[in-house]
Amino acid sequence: MSATEITTAAGTASAVTPRGAKPKSAFAPRNIMLYGTLIVFSIYYLLPLYVMLVTSLKDMAEIRVGNVFSPPVEITFQPWVKAWSEACTGINCDGLSRGFWNSVRILIPSLILSVSVAALTGYVLACWRFRGSEVFFGILLLGAFIPYQVLLYPLVIILREMGLFGSLWGLVLVHTIFAMPINVLLFRNYFVALPEELFKAARVDGAGFWGIFFRIVIPMSLPIFVVSGIIQVTGIWNDFLFGVVYTRPENYPMTVQLNNIVNSVQGVKEYNVNMAATLLTGLVPLVVYFFSGRLFVRGIAAGAVKG
Amino acid sequence: MSRARSGGARARPPIRLFRNFSSKLAAIPMVLVGLGVFVGGTIWTIVHSFTDSRLLPRLRWVGFDQYERLWSTRRWLVSIENLAVYGIVSLVLTMCLGFLLAALLDRKIRYEDTFRTIFLYPFALSFIVTGLVWQWILNPEFGIQSIVRGLGISGFNFDPLYNPDLVIIGLLIAGLWQGTGLIMVIMLAGLRGIDEDIWKACRVDGIPVWKTYVVVIIPMMKPVFVTALVLVTSGIVKLYDLVVAMTSGGPGISSEVPAKYVYDTLFTRQNLGQGFAASTMMLVTVAIILIPWAYMQFREKRQ
Repeated sequence: MSATEITTAAGTASAVTPRGAKPKSAFAPRNIMLYGTLIVFSIYYLLPLYVMLVTSLKDMAEIRVGNVFSPPVEITFQPWVKAWSEACTGINCDGLSRGFWNSVRILIPSLILSVSVAALTGYVLACWRFRGSEVFFGILLLGAFIPYQVLLYPLVIILREMGLFGSLWGLVLVHTIFAMPINVLLFRNYFVALPEELFKAARVDGAGFWGIFFRIVIPMSLPIFVVSGIIQVTGIWNDFLFGVVYTRPENYPMTVQLNNIVNSVQGVKEYNVNMAATLLTGLVPLVVYFFSGRLFVRGIAAGAVKG
Repeated sequence: MSRARSGGARARPPIRLFRNFSSKLAAIPMVLVGLGVFVGGTIWTIVHSFTDSRLLPRLRWVGFDQYERLWSTRRWLVSIENLAVYGIVSLVLTMCLGFLLAALLDRKIRYEDTFRTIFLYPFALSFIVTGLVWQWILNPEFGIQSIVRGLGISGFNFDPLYNPDLVIIGLLIAGLWQGTGLIMVIMLAGLRGIDEDIWKACRVDGIPVWKTYVVVIIPMMKPVFVTALVLVTSGIVKLYDLVVAMTSGGPGISSEVPAKYVYDTLFTRQNLGQGFAASTMMLVTVAIILIPWAYMQFREKRQ
C-alpha cells in the first residue's frame, strides 16, 4: 500500500462513524488462547538461539555450576575469540576462521556459477525451446528426487577424471550440479511469465539469443535472481555432506570443521567455545534470512511448488 | 550474437542441428547434468550394486549377494527401522504442527510477521548447527534434565541422547524444530489461496471455525498437503547431517540411518558394492513414494 493510500484511508476512517461489529477486547478468551499458543510455540523456537547466546557468553566455571538457561553473570567474549582463532580440530589449532574462509571461497564461485547456469538454462527452456528440450528438463527435475547417496560415488569418479577431486573447484561443480533442478525450474517459471510481446519486439529489432538475454531478460528479472541467490547462499553454506565427501581436510567448509571441533573426543569439552562456534556458523544464513525476509519466504514457497 | 537469428526465413542453415544453435549450446550443461550425472550416475550405481566391488569399483558379478548381505546386517535393519519410526512420527507431527501454526497465523492476528519470522528462522540454519544446539540443550548434566531435577523432582530422567530407546525422540525434537517452519509457510500460502467467500458462506451457515477447517478447508487444500508430504518425505530420506551432529549414530548403533550407512560403507569401510546396494535401496524407497504421487499429478493434469 502506498503512502497516499494510507493517508486517505485514515482520513475517511476518522470522518465517518465506525461501522461493523464492535471490536472484541484484546483479552477475549479466544485471543488469550490464540496468542497463548503462539507464544508457547515461539518459546520453543527461540529457546535454542537464546541458549547458544547465553552459553557462549559464560566462562566454563559458570557453566559448571549453572544450567543451560541461566543468563551469564559475568559476560565474557573469550569463547568467541577462542572459537574463531584457537579452537582445535585434530592437529590444527587455528580455529573456525579457516573453515569460514574456506566456506567463503566455496560459496562465491558456487553462487555465481550455479545461478548463471540455472538462469541461462531457464532462459533456453522458457524462450528458445528446441526439440527434446522439455524431455531434458523432465530428466533434470527427476534428478531433484534422487537421494544424494546414489550419486556420491559416480561424482567422485567424474571429479577424479577431471582432476578436480579434493579441490575447492570440485565442490563448486558439485554444488552447481545439485542446485540445477530447483533453480532452473525457478528461472524457467519466471521467464515464461514475462510478456511475450517484448520478446517478439526485440527479435524484430534484430536482437539474438544472447542480446535478448543480457539486455532484456536479465534486467527485468532481478527479484528472481535474488530469490535464487538466497536459496543458494543458505544451501551452500549449510551443506555438510558434499563438503565432507569432496574436499580434503585443509579445504573443509565451516559446517564440517564445526562438527569436528564440537564432536571431537579428545580434550575437555568447552561448551561455551562450542556454542560460540555453532552460533558463528549459523550467523551467515541467519543474517541472510533476517535481511531478506519476505524474499526468503517467496523463495522457499517457490521451491515448494516444484511438484 | 547473430547466430540465433538462424530461425528466420531468409537463410536457413542446411542442417537442423544448427537451427536455434545458441540455444542448444546453452542447454549443454542441462543435458550433461541430466543425462551424464543424474541418469548415468544412477545407472552406474545400480549396475555396480550387483558386483563385489570393495576398495575400487569393478564389474565382477555376484547377483543379489550384496542385497542379501545388506538385509541380514543388523546395522542396516536398525537404520531402516529408525528411518521408518522417525519418518512416520516426523511426517505426522510436521504436517499437524505446520498446519496448526499456519491456521493460527491466518486468524488475522497482530504481529503476524514477527511470529512467522520466529517459526521459520530455524529453517535457515544447517542440520549441523541444529544438532549441536539440541545436543547441548538435551545434555543430561546441564540441560533440561538437570533443570527439572533442580526444581525438586530428583527422579526425573530425560536423557534421550544417551538412552538407546529414546534417542529417536531427541532427533525428532531437533528435526521438528528445524523443519516445521517450512511446512507452515507452505500451508499458509495454501490457506491464503482460499477464497474469502468460502469463509463467509460457512459463517453464514453457522458452521463453527474448527469444523470449517476440518470439513471445508482441509479437503480444499489437498494439493498443498500432497506437496508438503512429498517435500517432507524426500527430506526425511536424506536425514544424515542431523544424526552425525547429534549422536554420530549412537549410543551404540541405536540412531543409525540409511544415509549414514551408505556414507560409512562407501568412504570409511570401503566396501563399495555394499554401499551401492544400500543406496539403491534408498532410491527404491523414494521411487515407491514418488511414483503414486507422479501418477496422481499426471492424472490431474489430463483431466
